[in-house]
Amino acid sequence: MPGSGTRQEHGAEGAIAPGWLALCHACDLPSRIGEVPAGGRARCPRCGSVLYRRIPDSLDRTLALALAGLILFAAANAFPFLELEMQGRVTHTTLSSGVRSLFEQGSPIVASLVLLTTIVAPLLQIGALIFVLAPLKLGARLPGQAQLFRVLRRVQPWSMMEVFILGILVSLVKLIGMAQVVPGIALWSFVLLIPVLAAASSSLDAEWIWRRVGLVR
Amino acid sequence: MTSHSEIPPGEALASCHDCGFVVALPAGAQRAVPRCPRCRAAVHRRKPDSIHRTWALVITAAMLYVPANVFPVMKVISLGKAQEDTILSGAVYLLVHGMWPLALIVVFASIVVPLLKLIALAFLLISIQRRWSWRPVERTRLYRIVEGVGRWSMTDIYVVTILVALVRLGNLATIEAGMGAVYFAGVVILTMLAAQSFDPRLIWDRTGEPDG
Repeated sequence: MPGSGTRQEHGAEGAIAPGWLALCHACDLPSRIGEVPAGGRARCPRCGSVLYRRIPDSLDRTLALALAGLILFAAANAFPFLELEMQGRVTHTTLSSGVRSLFEQGSPIVASLVLLTTIVAPLLQIGALIFVLAPLKLGARLPGQAQLFRVLRRVQPWSMMEVFILGILVSLVKLIGMAQVVPGIALWSFVLLIPVLAAASSSLDAEWIWRRVGLVR
Repeated sequence: MTSHSEIPPGEALASCHDCGFVVALPAGAQRAVPRCPRCRAAVHRRKPDSIHRTWALVITAAMLYVPANVFPVMKVISLGKAQEDTILSGAVYLLVHGMWPLALIVVFASIVVPLLKLIALAFLLISIQRRWSWRPVERTRLYRIVEGVGRWSMTDIYVVTILVALVRLGNLATIEAGMGAVYFAGVVILTMLAAQSFDPRLIWDRTGEPDG
């Protein structure tokens, strides 16, 4: 079968053995990745794109952040993030009630996009991280780890929690003139969730993981 | 920490788009779709039909961009009076109320970013089709920026969602999503798909075949 042309080797723990071949994802130049110090990065000599980043304790860090993310995500969905009071009447909104209102008003396209980017994609992102990393940490293998790790990469661009926060901020400002607005518990969960998710994806050493969950190791 | 090595210029090598595994494709086998041995994704030397797909998505998004900005994204009904807001009038509202930093962010995220994204992708596509060798490093960086910044255009969609869900006080005040929001959602989805279907490696292939 085509494609088993490259050698795969790695140390038992920690760093990937130097000398492996990578193609630049931006300009396709092949490079041998040499010794990368912990916390360092290897760049493409032609276009400067980052080919590999070696993150110390990547597995522990990413798993811890993903678990924290799961708790924050649950809180962010369970409680209302904004409450509105106007002439004695109170309404509040959670993530899912926002999506539901749009559906009921006859905007299924917009509602689906919001559902995808604020609930489905972040949940898949967090879930896939935990499903792939937790068994690795415990020294076990589960079927489907490689497939879910692929899903993670596809789903990440559609997870837009940090943009949602900006949306909340703009909404707050627009509403302040017309009514009393009270931030809910979920808002603080969102505010914490964004740096946690960002740190989780930037502490992930995908090459290192692939060498453990991939079909070729 | 890399060294540009002795490997022959990558005709037969391809990296898996999903996991980065380097696969040696037999020469002339570009038409068959081999699977990545490490993650089972389809391996292509370049994203399939990248130029045609990206053009199609860019042109469609450009057509939706007009109604997205002309039609109201939401309708505020308060005490029997209805007031419609477009993307631009929403930003102007923030400006009038002295929130100019937020107004700038909204104008940038909702109006400037989609437009710049479309212009930048069209420029990159033309530069590839004309086989320009001009500043590949900068063009690659332009692509990275286009790819990363597009998500911020979702801000206005979220604002509409939140306001619709929150302001439903019967006769007192109700907010409904407008037609503009649907077009705008289309612009955001299509420009993101366009950025994903564009293959930056084509920038470096000026002598190769322009598209598969």
